[in-house]
Amino acid sequence: MSRPPIPFTDRIARALPQIVVAPSFAAILFFVYGFIAWTGYISMSKSKMLPNYDFVGIRQYWRLFQMDRWSVALENLFIFGFLFIAVAIVIGCLLAVLLDQRIRAEGFIRTIYLYPMAISFIITGTAWKWIMNPSLGLETVVRGWGWESFRFGWTNDETLAVYALVMAAVWQSAGFVMALFLSALRSVDQDIIKAASLDGASPWKIYTRIILPSMRPVFMSAVVILAHLAIKSFDLVVALTGGGPGYASTLPANFMYEMTFRRNEIGVGAASAMVMLATVAAIMVPYLYSELRGKKHV
Amino acid sequence: MSDHTYSPAQGQSVLWMRLLLWALLILFAIWFLLPAYVVVGTSLKDLEEIRGGSLLALPHELNFSAWKHAWNEACIGVRCTGLEPYFWNSVFMALPAVFISTLLGALTGYALTKFQFRGANMIFALILFGCFVPFQVVILPMAQTLGRLGITNTVYGLILVHSVYGLAFTTLFFRNYYVTIPDELVRAATIDGAGFFTIFRRIILPLSPPIIVVSVIWQFTQIWNDFLFGASFTTGGAQPITVAMNNLVNTTTGVKQYNVDMAAALITAAPTLFVYIVAGRYFVRGLTAGSVKG
Amino acid sequence: MTYFSKALVSAVALTVAMAAPAKADPKAEVLHYWTSGGEAKAVKALQEAFAARGGEWIDAPVAGGGGDAQAAVLRARVLAGDPPAAVQIKGPNIQEWAEAGALADLSDVAEAQNWDAVLPQTIQDIVKYEGNYVAVPVNVHRVDWIWANPEVLAKVGADVPTTWDEFNATADKLLAAGIIPLAHGGQPWQDATVFETVVLGIGGVDFYRKALVDLDMDALGSDTMVAVFDQMRKMRGYVDPDFPGRDWNLATAMVMRGEAAMQIMGDWAKGEFAAAGLEPGKDYVCAPTPSEGGYLLNSDSFAMFNVSGADQVEGQNLLSELILGTEFQETFNLFKGSIPARTDVPRGEFDACAIKSMDDMVAAADGGTLLGSMAHEIAQAGAVRGAFIDVATAHFNSDMSSEEAVEKLVSSIKLAM
Repeated sequence: MSRPPIPFTDRIARALPQIVVAPSFAAILFFVYGFIAWTGYISMSKSKMLPNYDFVGIRQYWRLFQMDRWSVALENLFIFGFLFIAVAIVIGCLLAVLLDQRIRAEGFIRTIYLYPMAISFIITGTAWKWIMNPSLGLETVVRGWGWESFRFGWTNDETLAVYALVMAAVWQSAGFVMALFLSALRSVDQDIIKAASLDGASPWKIYTRIILPSMRPVFMSAVVILAHLAIKSFDLVVALTGGGPGYASTLPANFMYEMTFRRNEIGVGAASAMVMLATVAAIMVPYLYSELRGKKHV
Repeated sequence: MSDHTYSPAQGQSVLWMRLLLWALLILFAIWFLLPAYVVVGTSLKDLEEIRGGSLLALPHELNFSAWKHAWNEACIGVRCTGLEPYFWNSVFMALPAVFISTLLGALTGYALTKFQFRGANMIFALILFGCFVPFQVVILPMAQTLGRLGITNTVYGLILVHSVYGLAFTTLFFRNYYVTIPDELVRAATIDGAGFFTIFRRIILPLSPPIIVVSVIWQFTQIWNDFLFGASFTTGGAQPITVAMNNLVNTTTGVKQYNVDMAAALITAAPTLFVYIVAGRYFVRGLTAGSVKG
Repeated sequence: MTYFSKALVSAVALTVAMAAPAKADPKAEVLHYWTSGGEAKAVKALQEAFAARGGEWIDAPVAGGGGDAQAAVLRARVLAGDPPAAVQIKGPNIQEWAEAGALADLSDVAEAQNWDAVLPQTIQDIVKYEGNYVAVPVNVHRVDWIWANPEVLAKVGADVPTTWDEFNATADKLLAAGIIPLAHGGQPWQDATVFETVVLGIGGVDFYRKALVDLDMDALGSDTMVAVFDQMRKMRGYVDPDFPGRDWNLATAMVMRGEAAMQIMGDWAKGEFAAAGLEPGKDYVCAPTPSEGGYLLNSDSFAMFNVSGADQVEGQNLLSELILGTEFQETFNLFKGSIPARTDVPRGEFDACAIKSMDDMVAAADGGTLLGSMAHEIAQAGAVRGAFIDVATAHFNSDMSSEEAVEKLVSSIKLAM
């Protein structure tokens, strides 16, 4: 490869990066964008039990937005998404700062905080459902200790069920956020911190003025990863609340599944999927744009 | 920041701070450990003990019969094989899929960062957006595609699905990591006449272990824990363990065998738990090494 | 069919017949969601009978949610062009799959086994498409049952109620005595099960037919429907606070243990009593929910999908023959708690509840009061059933007023039609 070759192989060698990227890119184009396009078309067809290619315009969207179940699902997504991301970041950040205080047994404690990330949402959901069961779970235990009015049966209360989802999801992901923040804390330039503390800055000041502001990129990464978990949350709902009571804790992913596979409404299911994608795009595209623009010359 | 010398008054407040710190750390540890404690405890009890005793009570004795039952005796449909065969299905699905998606992610990330050809950022953005596609969307077109390829209801089908949808994440990891490797290294090697793959093998790969660990752990967890694809594209003997576990938990004979359910859940979670506990340290280190600078 | 295409078909058939071994070993992949309790035992019995006749049974159980997960698998497999040979589907879904051209014609087996003579007309209507059999019925479940613990009822000096007023009075007495009147699991389909028995009871047979079968908008928006939701609101007061998400069989267990007095559930609940070794009439009693002779029917069936390969077709034929054979109809239904789909199965082994169900079904069919269950996908499937369930469950699990529920019912049914 090193000596000046004939022009053709030279061209190949030059184009190698593109050639290497091509299969992955082609796969993504087909399996992501091709499928999105297919879903987009189906959302404007009269598909019922099986895909059908008769065009009906925006009728399925019109029907979608009249469905009570869909408004509940969409509203839940915003409540769940916002709280999940916010609480996971606050707790993750707090844990990272706590662990950063040169404590003994850090590795051990870190593992305890991190392990939920290894577990599937199905299992997380099953375990928390078991704990939140009013007669077998924690409620009975704590009442047995003498706290008679203690209530932990969130999954059984239509106004609280969505918060039960948030709690379980935060439990699962806070450790991961902690790991992200902890690694970022560790890579902050130690000299700046030393200089600041020599100047007499309190630890609180050092954290709020120097360290945390320097972690903006990590913060963004955490938001992206958590947002992806939130929008895809499906298994957790199935295992923890089953979308209930009633359909009070259903999320768009569950709605789409129910419509497509259970109610022979593939068209409405596809329309709901397109709305979900549009929501993601509305958040992600500006973010990707600003991030990548700033990095053009890296 | 605790290696300063303090006046006695300061020492007092530092002591209080340390106590508060530990109180918080322990409180959170309890919160994180509670479900694990309940699940493990329940799996070791017999049914009488579960119904009669408190959720938080320790089991009277270590009774592993539920574990044995879940592993190779419990009935799933009409086959009473336990989870064992499905465990191996998951292994044969996860290992190739993790390998393929990690390798492709590394190559793509490398090509996108070290050879800034036109449109590289655009391509990256398009790939990255793939992280956010809700998987329910792709089930039907994927089913058609798998049918055309003739790999429906096989482990190969699942390998393909997981490799493709894992690619977005692995590309993200590697791309953000390789951005931090100085371009001069590559430029110097190019001047020395090294080609694309030579540079990758000699320079990039040796620098990559931290991020490979991150990518492998992430992918392994995602693929092992997948339920939706496994449940939609396989039936019967070809199912991965998560789907079999769900079937097992729902195969009840009147009385719900909570202990067997919990043991089955633990067996299903064991490989990923093992990976996190053993390699969690490298995971955090790998994240530190640059992947979080994205 | 033109002469040419007929010739073509027979030529192809001949080629296939010649290409295949003289007699292919029957083989069938069976997609079902019978993984729990008596159902799993029943499926096992079928598998053993199939194997005894030299068949290779490929089991594809998909547990969970009364077929929720199975529905996804089935669509994925059909779109992939590789459908399972036999699939557990029922009601109008059979018609929809047949309309899509996905189902195999079972006329040959049906004729050979004389199905027309042994199946009641209502069942035939469910499993036939354009006059040809496309599915094999397995059983008949009655949905409108009350399962009661007589000892518990005796504590307040009550019998199983025969009118809804009696039901409410008894339930109030039970509440006052600190006993849970109604064992219930708060899953949408269970809420809908109670809902449809109340529609039948409060509104009557004709109202049920108009509202839930014919989807008559006047009936759906009527004051009678308001009264139905009023009764549902009362029922909500009769369940314990732990009910959301509870599986139906755990609710049945509450009746067995005497924690609750009654459960409204189809007769698959009997399988649970039987599995616990309890006897009808002694340890528990079964009685139809109050109504004027109505009978809500639910029937499970297996549809045979278009498959290629002589071995698979052979497997489908053998399976169809076995499923509707007297022997399997008896064993299976004894396990499952239901009654046979065919009418000529010996009654000797069946218990009092099953015999009552058989008698009532004949009477209801004669009297024109035999109705398909909405909650269990016989009267309605897919979108419309989903809309009913949504409203029933949303009302039951919140403090929605009956008037609002009726309004929602009308608008969501319109939307789903």
